[in-house]
Amino acid sequence: MSDHDYRPKSKAGQWFNDRLPLLTLANHLTDYPTPKNLNYWWTFGGILTFCLITQIVTGLTLAMHYIAHADMAFESVEHIMRDVNYGWLIRYIHANGASMFFLAVYIHIFRSLFYGSYKSPREIIWILGIIIYLLMMAAAFMGYVLPWGQMSFWGATVITNLFSAIPLVGEGIVTWLWGGYSVDNPTLTRFFTLHYLIPFLILGLVVLHIWALHVPGNNNPVGIDIKKPSKDTVPFHPYIVIKDGFALLMFMIVFAFFVFYAPNILGHADNYIEANPMVTPAHIVPEWYLLPFYAILRSVPDKLLGVVAMLSAILILAVLPWLDTSKIRSAVFRPLYKQFYWILVADVLILGYVGAMPAEGLYLLVARIATAYYFLHFLVILPVLGFKEKTLPVPLSITEPVLGGSPNLAAARNKESKIE
Amino acid sequence: MKNLLKLFSIIILIITSNSFSFAAEKVEYLKTDWSFKGLFGKFDRASLQRGYQVYTEVCASCHSMKYLSYRNLAEPGGPEFSEAQAKAIAASFEVTDGPNSDGEMFTRPGKLSDKFVMPYDNVKAAQAANGGAYPPDMSVLVKARGGGVDYIYSLLQGYEEAPSNVSLDDGVYYNKYMYGNKIRMAAPLSDGLVEYGDGTNATVEQMSKDVTTFLMWSAEPHLESRHQMGFKAIVYLIILTVLVYFSMKRIWSRVESEV
Repeated sequence: MSDHDYRPKSKAGQWFNDRLPLLTLANHLTDYPTPKNLNYWWTFGGILTFCLITQIVTGLTLAMHYIAHADMAFESVEHIMRDVNYGWLIRYIHANGASMFFLAVYIHIFRSLFYGSYKSPREIIWILGIIIYLLMMAAAFMGYVLPWGQMSFWGATVITNLFSAIPLVGEGIVTWLWGGYSVDNPTLTRFFTLHYLIPFLILGLVVLHIWALHVPGNNNPVGIDIKKPSKDTVPFHPYIVIKDGFALLMFMIVFAFFVFYAPNILGHADNYIEANPMVTPAHIVPEWYLLPFYAILRSVPDKLLGVVAMLSAILILAVLPWLDTSKIRSAVFRPLYKQFYWILVADVLILGYVGAMPAEGLYLLVARIATAYYFLHFLVILPVLGFKEKTLPVPLSITEPVLGGSPNLAAARNKESKIE
Repeated sequence: MKNLLKLFSIIILIITSNSFSFAAEKVEYLKTDWSFKGLFGKFDRASLQRGYQVYTEVCASCHSMKYLSYRNLAEPGGPEFSEAQAKAIAASFEVTDGPNSDGEMFTRPGKLSDKFVMPYDNVKAAQAANGGAYPPDMSVLVKARGGGVDYIYSLLQGYEEAPSNVSLDDGVYYNKYMYGNKIRMAAPLSDGLVEYGDGTNATVEQMSKDVTTFLMWSAEPHLESRHQMGFKAIVYLIILTVLVYFSMKRIWSRVESEV
């Protein structure tokens, strides 16, 4: 929080603000100096806030009608779809909202990877983000269990069984998680409780995430530190508000398309069959956004090591600020890193694809190579690249060219527009 | 703006390529022109009413539809029987109610508020009557099968003589669209099996189409209002997006940066 010299104009405002400086906070948020060269990849933070609030509001409404009981959950979802006023709309927004949330978070994460937003001094923002992402996965997984369809039940069985890989105490932990000797009513009620709790934890972490962001300020496509406020910045309101709003509306059009015209395309048909512990579905697949990690899990022949690999794949991101040894943030000035970045994007997409396929033959081989490359990228390529790479000269500011003309800035602008 | 379009086309590409990856094993299903597909898709009322007739005269002897109520038959967006017709349909079923003041269960004619009467009391009874196979509940059947309406439509017409290399047990039939090709349900439809009140020729193809349309409605009873609201919502969003775009251009014209 930069300037504290703000004073409300009215007497009442001053009286209130001296006791609780909410108006100072509001002033800080509207005046917050933001780099003026942020591109549209930066709008996903606002979009994610919208997604979280949408999920919470629709989720609360659904919880008023949903019954968390193994014998009634499936029926209560059908009740919502048929008899609750606009229940179908609320449920489809919530179900597709989860996919939209993950779509946005992946773009947000990969934006950060490209422009080096995780580097000093923004490590805490990044780590908070990884914790939010982990909680999102937990919330999404437990939410998928609630309709108590076949995929809900068997997905819950497969994922909770992963804990049995822990030596000695594994079996005990699984029984403890289930609240019994199989996935059953106690599992459903505790998943519902946690599914209800986690979004509010996320909300709290989002506040910290934004707070931590407002200390150093935004990174930007050029990746340099800028003076704030200066010619390089614009106040958050109205400039960023309207730009985020515009991008959010574009996002909502895509969102609305799914909700109204393809509400079930991202789900699995088997989840419209009520859970049946006696019948195992032919393929048990998680939702699309978890597929890359599912592929990593299955690519390791040993169960325990598979679980370790899957968890490491996420946790390795938390130490990324220290694995990436390059002082330059933006990939715009890192010709080699930029290529490895796109290989990583392709690698994750490939992992997602093979995650949806049966783990056998060529698919398994591809999954293993892609898994190995994923870790290679973070553990070997990134640390080495920081020392070996010849980076391009970085401009001194966003507006002011480097001494003697600005060939680099022009190059930077060109490249940015290509990326966008 | 051009960049934005690129961005969103990438997003859509990623999503669609992801969802396509689920459609792994593929048989070419039979195609027909479904009136309920597309931005303005609506159900064909007459087809829904015929489809209900096929369901109630043929399917309902084994398949339950436990999430539907008789009142649904008269609701807007469905078969839209008149309320009198729906009441008559409901009254033609015997519903077990109770206990009454003597503590006895009793039967009475169905009312609009009753759920569709089930052919069997429970899953075990259904299995016992069908050689161990449970005829699935049909309320959301279309959404519970990967191929959706095309799959159901094809399956109903997919009965064939088994190829010589396939041996079938007693009570198992060959169907080229069924997963694994073996199905415990005998071919349910044959030409002229039902007599349509509106004079439509009851071919297997016609009945398959009608009953599948009916099943689509039973799985998605609010499909029509969803399509209507969707169109309004998206048009509204597009107009608002354009307005916000020009406001944004105007606001950003105060700084020399591009948006």
